[in-house]
Amino acid sequence: MISIKNLHKNFDSKVVLRGVDLDIYDGERLVVVGRSGCGKSVLLKHILNLMQPDEGYILVDNIAIKKVQQKDLFFLRKQFGFLFQGAALFDSMTVEENIALPLYEHTDMQSEQINAKVAEKLDMVGLPGIQKLKPAELSGGMKKRVGLARAIIMDPKYILYDEPTTGLDPIMAANIDKLIIELSNKLNVTSIVVTHDLQSVSKIADRVVMLHRGQIIFSGNVEDLKKSKNEVVYQFVHAEAEGPIQPKPRKY
Amino acid sequence: MRKHFKLFGDAPFFLFTKKYFISIWMIKPITFIGQRTILFFENTGAVFIMLGRTLRYLAHLWSNRQLVADQMMELGVRSIPLVLFVGVFAGAVASVQTAYQLEGYISYNYLGAATSVAIFIELGPVLTALVAAGRVGASMAAEIGTMKVTEQIDALESLAIDPIRYLAMPRILSGFVMIPVLTIFADLIGVLGAYAVAYINLNLPPEIFFGSVKEFFSLLNVFSGLIKAFFFGGITAIIGCYVGFSTTGGAEGVGQATIKAFVLSSALILLNDYLLSMILF
Repeated sequence: MISIKNLHKNFDSKVVLRGVDLDIYDGERLVVVGRSGCGKSVLLKHILNLMQPDEGYILVDNIAIKKVQQKDLFFLRKQFGFLFQGAALFDSMTVEENIALPLYEHTDMQSEQINAKVAEKLDMVGLPGIQKLKPAELSGGMKKRVGLARAIIMDPKYILYDEPTTGLDPIMAANIDKLIIELSNKLNVTSIVVTHDLQSVSKIADRVVMLHRGQIIFSGNVEDLKKSKNEVVYQFVHAEAEGPIQPKPRKY
Repeated sequence: MRKHFKLFGDAPFFLFTKKYFISIWMIKPITFIGQRTILFFENTGAVFIMLGRTLRYLAHLWSNRQLVADQMMELGVRSIPLVLFVGVFAGAVASVQTAYQLEGYISYNYLGAATSVAIFIELGPVLTALVAAGRVGASMAAEIGTMKVTEQIDALESLAIDPIRYLAMPRILSGFVMIPVLTIFADLIGVLGAYAVAYINLNLPPEIFFGSVKEFFSLLNVFSGLIKAFFFGGITAIIGCYVGFSTTGGAEGVGQATIKAFVLSSALILLNDYLLSMILF
């Protein structure tokens, strides 16, 4: 279980998170929604301690991730898979090397075993036989799926998805959604998905929380989200231009 | 007074007071200098923290040997053609210039000694390091900087791999080791370049040229040059890595990081050249 307690984060004078409290239960598929730039990805990066909070803390299986030593932090991180928004594949490596890297770094497995496991994960994400390709040779959707294969190579307990369907065509997006559900069911992992794609939300979410102005303003299932009377949630769900959420004019 | 300024619009009166003048025109530069000073110490501290973390990983050198070998290949072996090119012409120029200065005063018999000492203690290490700063330091900053802005550094961290161990340690170690190795190549080819010019321009026989090189040859000179190269190599790699890890702001940021790494490491090489020369000679 992951518990986020009173999380605050500022970037210079810009306040991004203002006291986020959230519990994520084992095995659930939690979706975090909100407008672009509302701090969803920042929240996700705090869970892995890729960013450090100004205030508040995060407990992963009752261990405060902020306070652990580097060795323990790396031990905790091995329980996570992270799918980055742009996949963040290592340009200089092939697909196989990208996916196999954590196995070479953290296990004593032999090359043959590693290659077999890489092939198995590539099969799972629907991309068999592309081991020798370089990231530059892949389409956006393929990159995301390779990123996903890399995220699950260590059979993690938690998978964090940062906008997994952004920039993909609807069919590819549906495929990724299907993968998220399959992985969740097959591997029984806890999934935290950050997105503003409401079609994905409807398909994959066990529970939805909405982040707005650095705070969680809604928590419930998809039906509750759609029926919510909260004006902000209503405007977001129904994609309306008029409402309490207005794009701020930027000062230059 | 107030009425007078009213004539020039609605500028508030306090803008023209002595107190405002002091607060804006005197305190602002002091604040600026203060901020820059803090930033300088902050960056210097961060560089040493990175270096400390890098040194800690030297204990795990054996398990990271492949990463180190790859970087030694990139930084060292692939730089050899460029270093040889620079070395041969540096030697040639040194020979021409020295011959010009000796003309009419001292016998050309000492040309070999004069040019070889200059190459061993100064030209070899400094030019090799400057070439490395351009070729390797800047490329380290660009490579790591691109990884930073495309979240590849975050990806390494999320895979429980410390970027300092995986990226910085092999590069910094290679910098310390391979720049002295490249300097030896530059020294050798530099002396040959110098001799080639001496033979073509002055028809100086090899036994005279290399006889004087041998007569005045001192291992101390060579080692002093290699000690310089050791520090220059470390500086180039440390700055390249640090600037790379500090990159922000997309493609423009990567471009800026590349320039910053080259300028900073070149300046530090020259500054340290002076300091080390004071200590060593």
